[in-house]
Amino acid sequence: MRSDGTRSAPWALKATAIGGLLFLHVPLLIIFVYAFTTEEKSYQFPPPGYTLKWFSVVWERQDIWNAIWLSVKVASIATVIALVLGTCAAAAVSRARFFGRDYISLLFILPIALPGIITGISLRSAFSVMDIPFSTWTIVLGHATFCIVVVYNNALARFRRTSGSMIEASMDLGADGFQTFRHVVLPQIGSALLAGGMLAFALSFDEVIVTTFTAGQQATLPIWMLNELIRPRQRPVTNVVAIFVIAVTFIPILAAYYLTRDGEHTGGAGK
Amino acid sequence: MTTAVSFQHVSRHFGSVRAVDDVSLDIAEGEFFAMLGPSGSGKTTCLRLIAGFEQPTSGHIEIFGATAEGVPPYRRNVNTVFQDYALFPHMTVLANVGYGLMVKGVDKPKRDAKAEEALALVALSGFGGRRPSQLSGGQRQRVALARALVNQPKVLLLDEPLGALDLKLREQMQVELKTLQRNLGITFVFVTHDQGEALSMADRVAIFNEGKIVQVGTPEDIYERPQTRFVADFVGSSNVLSPAFTKASGGPERWASLRPEKITLLRGNAAAPKGQLKAAVTVKAVHYQGASTRLNTVTAEGHQVNVTAPSSFGRVADGETLTLHWSADAFHVMEGER
Repeated sequence: MRSDGTRSAPWALKATAIGGLLFLHVPLLIIFVYAFTTEEKSYQFPPPGYTLKWFSVVWERQDIWNAIWLSVKVASIATVIALVLGTCAAAAVSRARFFGRDYISLLFILPIALPGIITGISLRSAFSVMDIPFSTWTIVLGHATFCIVVVYNNALARFRRTSGSMIEASMDLGADGFQTFRHVVLPQIGSALLAGGMLAFALSFDEVIVTTFTAGQQATLPIWMLNELIRPRQRPVTNVVAIFVIAVTFIPILAAYYLTRDGEHTGGAGK
Repeated sequence: MTTAVSFQHVSRHFGSVRAVDDVSLDIAEGEFFAMLGPSGSGKTTCLRLIAGFEQPTSGHIEIFGATAEGVPPYRRNVNTVFQDYALFPHMTVLANVGYGLMVKGVDKPKRDAKAEEALALVALSGFGGRRPSQLSGGQRQRVALARALVNQPKVLLLDEPLGALDLKLREQMQVELKTLQRNLGITFVFVTHDQGEALSMADRVAIFNEGKIVQVGTPEDIYERPQTRFVADFVGSSNVLSPAFTKASGGPERWASLRPEKITLLRGNAAAPKGQLKAAVTVKAVHYQGASTRLNTVTAEGHQVNVTAPSSFGRVADGETLTLHWSADAFHVMEGER
């Protein structure tokens, strides 16, 4: 047993930790720096000059706005689908007893465990077998497969912590199914759903692999960025968009972290 | 007398398990009715059938004369106190108690006033602003009781409500529940596996075993006159005697019960007074209990008999020979056993 728990870590460990953090975050800084460079064809260091012009260029380019709008639309719809289906599935698995329940639980989680490329290929071949033309909806379907998992896992964990007799108590006291959901179930699982939903949105927003196989001619924001890197034209534009993406994905993930942490506290207080 | 709850040949099967098997039962209005039995005997399923959480596989249930089958829990004028209380952790105590009124659309000032009244009834005035997590087990139990009572149910169902409380609190709550039931005049249906609790609180007790009711009666009936070996064993402390024993001691050749306190002891192999039935036994174990001593004895044929020796009888040693005698009418023949 270690009694000297307060002893400071050896310098080698500190150096490794700092090195690791730098390795992870310096590239992010570089993206920020090159969003302001005056050089548009290559990434020379240090940048020859600094300018804000790329922000106005981004503002005027319709293809970027289309990509952003498509990504927001896909992520929103996929999240809504995931919230509805994920919650229903979690409720069924945690409340009801039926044949093959454990296998169904596993099947739900599988899409996030499988490499995206497998999900992508299988969806693409399914779409072609069924003669479904590629559209926004095929992207949404692809994203929904892994978004459901996130919501499902969050909701399931919360359902398992809430007492089943609470729902019966509500019904017993005269509340119908809708009132019980509104006054008892939703307050119990609300923060878990919010966290799951935000995580699902963030996952969908920067998804590349499954999207590549299910998008057809349309470009979501990550796909657009990939295309931009191949065609070296107005390179800093990509960096400006990257900053935007970092902001958009970081805010909900941070919020989800704080919300579930709060949920843990209220849940734990109930014992 | 009005019948509050009526079961007519009710069965509830889960797959091949007969949780409730052809139960017929009438509970009178204003009665304190206990359902007593070991776990898995069907008593809780019966309670859930009354509450509406389960539907009978066959048979018919009436609550105050109205057919109960197909009526969902929220349309029954019946409320339940759950074993784990099932309080809503995200609501205050006052909101918990007012919940039933809230979903019925009673406006806030009125339902808060009613909820306060109900809290006063269970001696929890001033606790309305707290969360269930800030209460002790006994207080939560009272909140659950107030939350049910505020709806003025015609029947209150209690599912092992005292099971999670410690002994002292349990005894106190037994008295309070009984008083509350008397004052309110509501029909109480109380499920428990604790025979002492059932016998001390209830007007009538139904003993469950393997999905069937084996005996219904007043606590005295059940305690003094068990109809089957199971009831005698479960209610406890009575001697269950085989036909061979009763015949050998001069009684009828039937299964019978004999209360330990009705047996008189004599030292050695003595003659019994005239007209009394007797048996010679050897002492196997001695349990000192203060005012009296409980003895496990055995006859030469191997029949076990428990007797109670008053402290005036003096010390009894293991292996000592005693003569037991009792009056012929102390035997209670169990009609349910052939």
